[in-house]
Amino acid sequence: MFSYYLKLGWLSIRRNPFLSALMIAAIAVGIGASMTIITVNYVMSGNPIPQKSDQLFYVQLDSWDPIDYGDDEHEPSDQMTYLDAMALMKADKAYRQVASNLSGLVLEPQGEGERPFSVSSRNTWADFFPMFELPFIYGSGWDDSADDNLEKVVVLGKEINERVFGGENSVGRSVRLNGMDFQVVGVMDEYLPVPRFYDVTTGAFDEPSEIFIPFNIAVEYQLPRNGNTSCWKSPDDDGFEAFLNSECVWIQFWAELRNDEEKQDYMAFLNAYAEQQKELGRFPRPIDNRLSDVMEWMENQEVVDDDAQVMLGLSLLFLVVCLLNTIGLLLAKFLGKSGDISLRRALGASRSNLFIQHMIESGLIGLGGGIFGLGLTWLGLRGIEMLFGDFIKNLVGLDGVMVLSAIGLAIVSALLAGLYPTWRACRITPASQLKLQ
Amino acid sequence: MEIGPIWRALMRNKTGAILIALQIAVTMAIMVNAISIMQERGRMMARPSGIDEHNIFSIRSMGFAEDFNERVTIEEDLAALRALPGVVNAIQSNTVPLSGGGWNMGLATESGVGIEGPSTAIYMVDEHGLDTFGLNLIAGENFSATDIGWRELSDTDWPDKAIITRATAQALFPDDPEGAIGKTVYVSDDKPITIIGIIEQMQAPWNSWEGVERVLLAPSHTLFNSTYYIIRTEPGMRDSLMPQVEELLAESNKDRIVRSMRSMDEIRERSYSGDAAMIKILTFTIVLLIAVTSLGIVGLASFSVNRRTKQIGTRRALGASKVAILRYFMTENFIISLVGVLIGAALTVALNIIMIETFSLTRIAWYLVPVAMLMLLIVGQAAVFGPAKRASSVPPAVATRTV
Repeated sequence: MFSYYLKLGWLSIRRNPFLSALMIAAIAVGIGASMTIITVNYVMSGNPIPQKSDQLFYVQLDSWDPIDYGDDEHEPSDQMTYLDAMALMKADKAYRQVASNLSGLVLEPQGEGERPFSVSSRNTWADFFPMFELPFIYGSGWDDSADDNLEKVVVLGKEINERVFGGENSVGRSVRLNGMDFQVVGVMDEYLPVPRFYDVTTGAFDEPSEIFIPFNIAVEYQLPRNGNTSCWKSPDDDGFEAFLNSECVWIQFWAELRNDEEKQDYMAFLNAYAEQQKELGRFPRPIDNRLSDVMEWMENQEVVDDDAQVMLGLSLLFLVVCLLNTIGLLLAKFLGKSGDISLRRALGASRSNLFIQHMIESGLIGLGGGIFGLGLTWLGLRGIEMLFGDFIKNLVGLDGVMVLSAIGLAIVSALLAGLYPTWRACRITPASQLKLQ
Repeated sequence: MEIGPIWRALMRNKTGAILIALQIAVTMAIMVNAISIMQERGRMMARPSGIDEHNIFSIRSMGFAEDFNERVTIEEDLAALRALPGVVNAIQSNTVPLSGGGWNMGLATESGVGIEGPSTAIYMVDEHGLDTFGLNLIAGENFSATDIGWRELSDTDWPDKAIITRATAQALFPDDPEGAIGKTVYVSDDKPITIIGIIEQMQAPWNSWEGVERVLLAPSHTLFNSTYYIIRTEPGMRDSLMPQVEELLAESNKDRIVRSMRSMDEIRERSYSGDAAMIKILTFTIVLLIAVTSLGIVGLASFSVNRRTKQIGTRRALGASKVAILRYFMTENFIISLVGVLIGAALTVALNIIMIETFSLTRIAWYLVPVAMLMLLIVGQAAVFGPAKRASSVPPAVATRTV
């Protein structure tokens, strides 16, 4: 029966090629527009590390200014002071913990006539690599001992390794960074978390850093800081030492806590720490420490920006227009076949037969719209890539889920659009139209 | 008039008409709100930065070698840059307008811990700053060479003089912005700064900041290891000077690298690239939307003409002129579209209220609603014209045939 209805549907579609083409085009355009924007939103709000996103927690300590506490936005600061980050690292209360910040260094290739160039780097700790499960081609991250002993070690990104060492296994060799020799301990494989969750304070969709060096080295040699630094009161004195001991926040702190118990223990530890700091005259606000897992943190930092959401809303309305269009056209089309329908009813087809037949025809149109819509989605994403340039190229991939969603959305939309016209068609009485024939 | 019979005919077959009306209504809601967003972005992008944009470019210099002497490098670089033919003036600064990265500080009119004042973007410049940016000093005086200090990244002291924009003066002294000259303001709780000049206008590095015109020029060079040179050229000389300057800086000192050389035009473009893209996407959406809606009207109207061929023939046979038939379909569409745009006006306002609440967008300009209504009525008439024309050419003889 199904194949017979399919055939009837196909014949009916071919009988009014203009109307059918209009309907398919309307659905395709609606799907194309909405799926383009849905894809961008979907990727933006994706989970960059699904296997353990609920075990990684961004740590916020509320060490901020008491004065603007009265405002609506008395969120704790989104970064941490050096004092607190070091205290938490030293306490070592979480399964793993990492304090890190963004930096930029100058790399001097050793080859003749090659000019030095700048690289974006991240100052971090040994736990960073296993904690965020970074993939390695050669070697691995460094050991805790390297952090403690101020060893000049470096992990290179794939591209930098290709640029400096031609892609060879460079573990054990050295690179010159800001005038100092660093020993390569590991080379990472391609790694593009979207969003770049471990640091969203400097752009959630930027490329990950090209190299990683120990945080302690960066502090020891006063290497540049490239991220944001915010201070609610200025350092007590001139000099780097005073800056380190100041209330300025510039460090991102993550903790890995494997279950609820660890999380509660850690929270208790943070609160106790804050109490203790209060006694020392710091932390002037009421205690408000936070642990947010990856997805909560992405939400908190609003990595999906307003523009993407505005466009999502408009594109869904756009789909509504296309569907209203399709409903109108389907209605016109089904009622135009009143004669046929009457005749089939008179010959014994039941209402449910006709209902199924017309829904199948609607579904077929949806399928056609979905396939063309997918093509338009692809074009739309290329268009967005062209408009926004490099920084968005991680956001415009079309994966299997999205392909199926596009076709699914098209068919469901077409079926919804077909409901009312089908219902009208089924109500045509057997005899009414036969008189004229 | 024929509106009576047309209305009654429509009422006998409401659904199709309602669908078109709704489609027009939603189209209008999207269109007007999208245009309103575009206008908002357009206004933002049109704000002047206050500097001589077309003739300015900037380049970054980063020291890396152990024995890199930043102070000597900056002095030599500035002397070399200012001596280049075609260069009007050049300075070293901590940042560039619209570049997205910079430094801001709260200014207060009284000294003391915890006294809050307007947050202000800081540009560190020397006495060539006003001329290099092309700023218009409206009161007071420029820095002199002896005012200029050298600032390390971790210094907490502040120079004792500053030039501010009019917007900063207004924020600090709302009652008497013109009288700001000679007044003292405080930074970092208790560091006094005397205002010696007011410039008409200049933008901060962050284009979407609410205080985008609150700027303070501090008389200082920076020793931050990474610095910007800002170079203003004679009109038309910029593009030929850019590669020359890059080469000059790269070759003159091997203890540093130079990078990110960009003209101010390019910096502006990058700064607003998201907004420009949004405008393009919305324009494209509106065009598509109108195309879909008009094709829908064409489709339904053609269909209804086909179905009514016999009736049309009968009317023609009974004496209706071609024009009367044409007018019938045009009027029918007009009535449907009118209902559509009336619902559309309500939907537009509703959608706008939602957008204002959810995304803090601005209110639509009142005139957009009537303009959009008129436009969609015209689109409807244009879309229906083809089918209506075909209807009017149905020969009266059709009436005599059976189907």
